[in-house]
Amino acid sequence: MTAAGESPEILFWVGCAGSFDQRAQKITKAFALILEKTGIKCAILGNEESCTGDPARRAGNEFLFQMMAYGNIQTLNNYGIKKIVTTCPHCFNIIKNEYPVLGGNYEVLHHTQFLQRLIDEGKIRMKDGNIFKGKKITYHDSCYLGRANNIYEAPRKVLEALDTELVEMKHCRSKGMCCGAGGAQMWKEEEKGTIRVNAARVKEAEATGASLIVSNCPYCMTMLSDGVKANGREDDMRVLDIAELVAQSME
Amino acid sequence: MHIIQQVLFILLFIIAVYLFTRKVRQIRRNIFLGKSKTIDDHKRERWRNVLLLAFGQKKMFRNWIPAILHFFVYAGFIIINIEITEIILDGLTGKHRMFSPLLGPVYNVLIGCFEILALLVIFGCAMFLIRRNVLKIKRFWQREMTHWPKSDANYILIMEIILMLLFLTMNTTDSALQLRHAAHYTQTGPFWCSALMAPLFDHTSTGTLIGLERGAWWLHITGILFFLNYLPYSKHFHIILAFPNAYYADLEPEGKMANMPEIEHEVKLMFEPPPPSENAPAGAPSPERFGAKEVTDLTWKNLMDAYSCTECGRCTAACPANQTGKLLSPRKIMMDTRDRLEEVGRKLNKDGKFEGDGKTLLYDYITPEELWACTTCNACVKECPVSIKPLDIILQLRRSLVMDDAKAPAEWNAMFSNIENNRAPWKFSPEDREKWREDL
Repeated sequence: MTAAGESPEILFWVGCAGSFDQRAQKITKAFALILEKTGIKCAILGNEESCTGDPARRAGNEFLFQMMAYGNIQTLNNYGIKKIVTTCPHCFNIIKNEYPVLGGNYEVLHHTQFLQRLIDEGKIRMKDGNIFKGKKITYHDSCYLGRANNIYEAPRKVLEALDTELVEMKHCRSKGMCCGAGGAQMWKEEEKGTIRVNAARVKEAEATGASLIVSNCPYCMTMLSDGVKANGREDDMRVLDIAELVAQSME
Repeated sequence: MHIIQQVLFILLFIIAVYLFTRKVRQIRRNIFLGKSKTIDDHKRERWRNVLLLAFGQKKMFRNWIPAILHFFVYAGFIIINIEITEIILDGLTGKHRMFSPLLGPVYNVLIGCFEILALLVIFGCAMFLIRRNVLKIKRFWQREMTHWPKSDANYILIMEIILMLLFLTMNTTDSALQLRHAAHYTQTGPFWCSALMAPLFDHTSTGTLIGLERGAWWLHITGILFFLNYLPYSKHFHIILAFPNAYYADLEPEGKMANMPEIEHEVKLMFEPPPPSENAPAGAPSPERFGAKEVTDLTWKNLMDAYSCTECGRCTAACPANQTGKLLSPRKIMMDTRDRLEEVGRKLNKDGKFEGDGKTLLYDYITPEELWACTTCNACVKECPVSIKPLDIILQLRRSLVMDDAKAPAEWNAMFSNIENNRAPWKFSPEDREKWREDL
């Protein structure tokens, strides 16, 4: 695109999980499909994209974070990127809140916000017989979308558009319980405790009676899916990303 | 007799105010042992926070039952201060109920309101004692809530009940004395609550009654002056620091982590080395250490947070690590920070300087295992009613552990090298970043 002198309407920041993790790749594909169907001119950085540095920074390795941020900001600025959408709340948070002071200023959207806008603008319409209509589901607020950035409504509005029956867990919105992966926990064994965080969270989901947990984050996806398995609910409970629900239900 | 009381009161008052001021100045000095951080932006928003969070107790109402009970005690504390002003002025001037002639009939309404508040405070504190000691609500019984922290909470509640009972006794006996038109007892008209109790003293002699009234008056004000001096040694200091802490509360999105300009600068130099002609690198010299190992490495706001903490444990109750049995407790992080800072402060009081005592906040108070357990979920920050950020301290300590002491868990070191080599935390080649598109 740059070679042709064009710049994309929006950059889709895929993120490392979205690029490499097998389960998260499906979320990436679902979101890419939505972008394609709605005809939005969008680009990806491909192999020029690097880790945002979130796990390094939260683990305490500021040097590594600064190196990654420097490289990414150079790349994004060179391409003249103005607007970014991402399916990962960790990438969303760090690019939106922590890159500006380092010289990276972009309008950053999480895919749930983006989907809500597309629905509001009528660019996404649900099929008449959408499979999630009336389905009892529960929604897991990721920490980095919820508490970190106070985004609770956009994903719920999308679920509303899908006509699902949303049953909230005991802890939701600003009181939502972590899946256990943030702060670089994703890359190490949990510290010694009585139960795993993801198992505890899935128990809360089980208590709602919903057979589908909807998430908005690739880390939460991994943790909740593992929790469902660990709690022996593999056969009757599923975890899907909000983008997957939309991709399966839109016209 | 009156003049002796007056002299005694003036002495007591001066001593109490002197001791309180001395301790508060030490605390202020301790807080400013922290690193400087300029917070002077968005004044309107900050005052709004003082109104909403401190005066309005907004975040307390995330949890209704304790919020209402706490509101009784809080309103009592704020409003009964008017009565305390009168008592102090009476004591200093040797007068009795000097606001009564000034306020006329309003005086009675005011005292009536104070009495209702006093009853509500007693009710609130009694409920709090029950919640702590009978219902044994979990957050009051965790690992860090033994010894002093546990007793401190109960002492405060018991002291508040006693102070309110003394206030009501003082008013009841005063009402009874007014009915007898005893000398020096200003006719204010019957007080709303205590006047109803006055008949209890129908058969008590006037002399005894005066003794009781004076006794209650003295015990009440002595108790208050004692309580004032107890505050800075107790978790109850939050009744003062909650206000400035709301003003200086972080206004950024909770997900935003503080930048480290010194490292940003070094990394920039690495990528954009200055031309060879410029030998000396510009910018500040490298700091002694990265992140925080000791209380003095934290910012003054972190340290004020520590003194503002009232150990309610809402943070710990919401912490996913704590809920699942890990060692981490955000409340303990704050308590440890204050305990260590007080220890450093005591050395300063004694020697006039602090040159280390072989201990540090990290390791001697807070262990790496606690810090590794944090998921940075911000639940602790969100729950704190007085704008404390335990996460900020946790992350600064982690920085020191990882960058200064190279103590990161092996799995994290693997993740770091993956990021360094493959630009992703997992061991995948950057060339495979677009593989997901293959079967699109």
